[in-house]
Amino acid sequence: MEVGQMQRAWVEYTRSLFREGFLDAQFQQLQLLQDESNPDFVAEVVSLFFEDSERLLADLTFVLEQQNIDFKKVDAHVHQFKGSSSSIGAQRVKNDCIAFRNFCEEQNIEGCLRCLQQVKQDYYLVKSKLEALIRLEQQIVAAGGSIPMEELSS
Amino acid sequence: MDGGSMEDAMVGGGYTDEPHVLAVDDNLIDRKLVERLLKNSSCKVTTAENGLRALEYLGLGDEKRTSLEDNVSKVNLIITDYCMPGMTGYELLKKIKESSSLKEIPVVIMSSENIPTRINKCLEEGAQMFMLKPLKQSDVAKLRCNLMNCRS
Repeated sequence: MEVGQMQRAWVEYTRSLFREGFLDAQFQQLQLLQDESNPDFVAEVVSLFFEDSERLLADLTFVLEQQNIDFKKVDAHVHQFKGSSSSIGAQRVKNDCIAFRNFCEEQNIEGCLRCLQQVKQDYYLVKSKLEALIRLEQQIVAAGGSIPMEELSS
Repeated sequence: MDGGSMEDAMVGGGYTDEPHVLAVDDNLIDRKLVERLLKNSSCKVTTAENGLRALEYLGLGDEKRTSLEDNVSKVNLIITDYCMPGMTGYELLKKIKESSSLKEIPVVIMSSENIPTRINKCLEEGAQMFMLKPLKQSDVAKLRCNLMNCRS
């Protein structure tokens, strides 16, 4: 694939992620922070998000497996997850966390377990999409092209 | 372009082209984001992951070491998350405002939750501004203008 094709693919793919609600405007804010002096900013933040999220999901799974569930702990983890997913623009994950916190407040075990499944699903989905997007960006840059951020606002 | 004035600019809490901001947040992603946003607005940034570390940096830790007073005069703004385990942003704000050496430093509180009573509580305690997360470039531009350029 030549650079122009890759750039068009990037634009289409990014647009679809916004359209389908995987990402929101906050992700665009991250993209705007990437420039020649910080060419890997998005990839770095996304990578931190993956590490952080997987740790949170493991902690959540552990806490919810206990006989006596500590809902304060569950809420604390979900609050963290909501924060980081919101900061990165991972909209579906963020919304799942909002619902999750409501069930925590009600101390609804069934609700919490369902939310955990949902948030895991949506996290792994957005993870694979972000990984694909970043791979595409790296290919464009490796081929000497630049990432056409300005195309997104049109 | 002033030659060799970086040291001069950093002394005495003077408002400069590169204000020094201390950003406090327990969330790693948020720390990285706020750091980038501030650096993009020509700020020098130091981050801390909790209130205690922030206070230590500012010289109000358990061991008061005079060498840390240098950090105090260099910090032009403190921006802190509200919800943090251990010491909340509000508690950090109070400690700063209670300190004779630190109370003049403007403090901005950030939160992902828009709760009026929380906002009022912080403003009453002396917070300069309250900002909703996630932060965007335009928020930081507003902050910079209100707190730094306009006061020099």
